[in-house]
This record gives sequence, structure tokens and C-alpha cells, in this order.
Amino acid sequence: MHEPAANRRYRLPPPLFDARCKACWLVAGVLALVVASFATLDLHLAELLAPDALASMGRFLAEFVPPDLGAPFVRRVVIAAWETLAMSALGTLLAAICGVLLALPASRLYAGDAARGRGAARWLLNALRSVPELVWAAMLLIAAGLGPFAGTLALAVHTSGVLGRLFAEAIENAPPGPAAALRTQGAGVARVFLYATLPQVLPQLMSYTLYRWENNIRAAAVLGVVGAGGLGQLLAFHMGLFQMHKTATVLIAMLLLVALVDGASYAWRRALTR
Amino acid sequence: MPVTAAAAARRDPAWLGRLGWMVAALVLLWPLLVATEFRPWSLFDAEAARVTGRFIASFVPPAHSSEFLWLVARETWRTVAMATAGITLALLLAVPLALLAARALSISAVMGRMAPLPFALRQAVRIVLIVLRSVPELVWALAFVRVVGLGPAAGVLAIALTYGGMLGKVYAEILDSGELQVTQTLLRNGASRLQAFAYGLLPQNAAELTSYTVYRWECAIRSSVVLGFVGAGGLGQQLDSSLKMFAGGEVITVLAVFVALVALADRLSAALRKALG
Repeated sequence: MHEPAANRRYRLPPPLFDARCKACWLVAGVLALVVASFATLDLHLAELLAPDALASMGRFLAEFVPPDLGAPFVRRVVIAAWETLAMSALGTLLAAICGVLLALPASRLYAGDAARGRGAARWLLNALRSVPELVWAAMLLIAAGLGPFAGTLALAVHTSGVLGRLFAEAIENAPPGPAAALRTQGAGVARVFLYATLPQVLPQLMSYTLYRWENNIRAAAVLGVVGAGGLGQLLAFHMGLFQMHKTATVLIAMLLLVALVDGASYAWRRALTR
Repeated sequence: MPVTAAAAARRDPAWLGRLGWMVAALVLLWPLLVATEFRPWSLFDAEAARVTGRFIASFVPPAHSSEFLWLVARETWRTVAMATAGITLALLLAVPLALLAARALSISAVMGRMAPLPFALRQAVRIVLIVLRSVPELVWALAFVRVVGLGPAAGVLAIALTYGGMLGKVYAEILDSGELQVTQTLLRNGASRLQAFAYGLLPQNAAELTSYTVYRWECAIRSSVVLGFVGAGGLGQQLDSSLKMFAGGEVITVLAVFVALVALADRLSAALRKALG
């Protein structure tokens, strides 16, 4: 006769599904979501993988070579790349300034600080942050018109939200000693911040800002697709006219720009940690 | 003495240096201001201010007809479905490529240096992953819209390629960065690479891999909204068409739904990642 093992650990493995097993429900939920997604989207993936669709995709890719490397067009691409770089740099700088200004009301500066605007300021920061740059750009086009200015403002608005939140955390987590020393001497709020808190958190604020700049260069490269200047605008323009050789040049410039920034930030961080 | 002690204490001793840095920064900033056509006053000239004012005024009341809300609900589901389908396809791409790229699963590396051919293969796969993820998803979407036409397929494929690259690279890094002893013992004793993965690497790294995937799903929801702007369907496309019609009420409704969706996905993914530990 088959006796169950005396020790629980040596019995048969647990059944695959058990109503109390959270992981099973999670897996079932994820599977249901995936099936529902594919079922409702009518993607026609089978048609996409059909031979003639693949052939047309191949023809499309073949149109990209050779990239247009004529001097006048390369000059335009270089100008657009510089515009992208300038948009990202200025946008990040504006965002850092606005970020500090918004982080101050959004943080509790000392233990007994009533910080009345904290909830509202944090709500504002979250709202700025959760709308992507591209959406801001599309909306700001109405006010600022086509061109890099709208893109710069869009980057600044979105990044202010991101940086403001990070800055507020940094300010709240700064060691309170120096600020308390100045406050007990009767220094005003502005002086306490400028001479005690800011010097302490400045390195952290700088590193957050540089990190966001890196992100913003990528974002600035594609913002132009909605008409906000830089490489993206050139890309959307030439792709719209099916000038694939020129599109290829712009794409290469985009990839080079991003690779350059990645390399620079990698080297920078290695130099800092060494 | 012309300056009293009190007055000296009031003056910032480093003011000259600070002023110098500020002037230098402004000089450096000038070309940036020129390149970005930075003209804030243009926001306030009569014509622009009138258009902006009218647009902002049309925000209230937000569009709330049941017909429009129904449309928004359908587009919201589309956005979630695009992100989910995109991530699923990305996994199909990322998992095999990550297994190919992971150094931890190299049999020759167990004994010392990796053999030249496997090394070349791993580098090649890595380069493929880097190319896939460094083309922004919006550019993939623009290209796919040309090939497969307007609609969610372009967005799903764009997400699949970009996120396939990202997930593959990070998966390989996660697999390589853990404790390799178990895996290497299995490989030394004659286990195949897949066995070593299934019994050594996967149990060790499952939680981290899952939590990264969930985080990327959340990011995919955000980016699927952006993809809508080039015609890939979902909330983004709705927002784009409302903006083009200057329908402020619709814009504000779609934005509110989008912000709520992102917040919800954020909460859900944070809770899942916390449960995974």
C-alpha cells in the first residue's frame, strides 16, 4: 500500500493551480490581458509576415541606401543637429531653474515647517511630469508657433516636473545641521537656502540635471516630428516626401548624436567614480 | 576705517567670482538662445496671445458627452493593448537574443577565456540589441506607418523592436551580474546551456527580470500615447486630432484620462514590483 511520506517536504509537489496562490492569479491575469490585447487590436500580423509584405518591407529598407552625403544636405543636417543639442541644453537649463523654484514650496525645509503649499506644489510637479515632452510640444505649438522654441519650452516644462520632484527629495534629505545653525542666528529663509542648503545639495542637483540632459537629447531628437524643430523635423519632412536617401542621412546623424552623448556620459561617470 | 565690521559681514565675500561666472555663462548661452530662436516675448504679442487665450478658454468645460467618453474609453483600452502586445512581441525578440548575448551561458568561458567564435557571436548580438534600442520608437513608428499603414500595428511593431532591444540588453546584463557559481557548476558537470539557464540562472534572477519587465510595460504605456501622434492609434491619435481642431475641452478630457492611466499603471507596477521583493 502506498503510504504518504511522513515528512511534508517529501510529499508530491504542490498542484499547479491553487486558489490561494497569488502568483497563479497573477500569471492568469497577465495571460488574459495579453490574449485580450491581441484579440481586440486586429493587427493582421499574419498578413505582415506574408511573403509580399516582407518583400515590400525589404524594398522600403533598400531605398535607404545610399544615404545622401552631398555637402549642402550634410550642412543642413549638421545645423539641425546643433539645433537639437541647443534645444536640449537650454530646455534642461530652464528646467533646472524652474525645478529649484518649484522644489522649494514642494519640500519641508525644516522639521517644524508648516509647508502649506507642499501638497499643491507636488501635485503640479506630478502633472507637469506625467504629460510627455511630445504632447507638451504639440500643445505649445499653438502658443509658440512651429520651430525649435516650442520644443525648448516643451522640454523645459516636462523636465521641470521631473527635476522639481527629484530636487524636492534632495532638499528634504539634506542634513539639517547647517540650515538650523543659520536659522537660529536669525537669517531669513532665502539666505538659509542659499548659504546652507543649496551648497550641500548642489552636487546632487547637478548630477540629476546632467542625467536629464542626456535623456533630453534623445527626446529633442524626435520632438521635431510634431513640428518643434531639430533633427526630428527634418526626418519627418523628408520621410513625408519619401526622400529615403535624405531620411537615411538624418537617421545616421540622430544615432551618432545619441551614441556620442552616451559615450560622453559614460566616460564622465567613469571619471567621477574612479 | 571706512567699512564697519557690520557692513563687511553683510557683504558676500565671493560676489566678484559669482558675478564673473554669471557673465561667462550668459556669453556661453548666447549661441544656444540664437539656435533655438528663443523669443519669449513672441508668446505675448497680440495675435499669439489671442489664439492662446481662446484655446485655453475652450478648456472649460471639458468634453463630457457620453459619445466622446465612450470613444476615449475605447482609445484608452487600445493604448493599454498596444503596450501589452508590443511588450509581448518584444519578449519574443528579447529572450532569445539575451540568451545568446549572456556571457554567463558560455561553456568555453567556464574554463577561462571565451573561444573566439562564441565571442564574436555575442558581440554581434549585442550590436543588434544596441541598434534596435537606439533608434527611437517614434522613428520606428514613422517607418512602420509607411510600410503597414496607419493603425495600431505600426505602434505595436515599433514598441516591439525598441523594447526588444532594451529588454534584451538589460536581461543579458542581469543574467551576467548575478552569482554565477551554480550556473558554472551545472555547465562544468555537463548540463546544456538551456538546462543551466532553467535550473541555475532563471531561479536566481526571476524576480529581477520580472520586475524590470513590469517597469518597461509601464514605460510602454507612456510611449504608446506618444506613438499615436504619428498615426498609430490610441489616446495619442485622439489627442492629436483634438489639438488640430483646437477643441480644448476634448484635449483636457483626453489629457486627464491619460494622466490617470499613467498614475494607475505606475501604482500597479510599483505594487507588483514590491510584491516581487
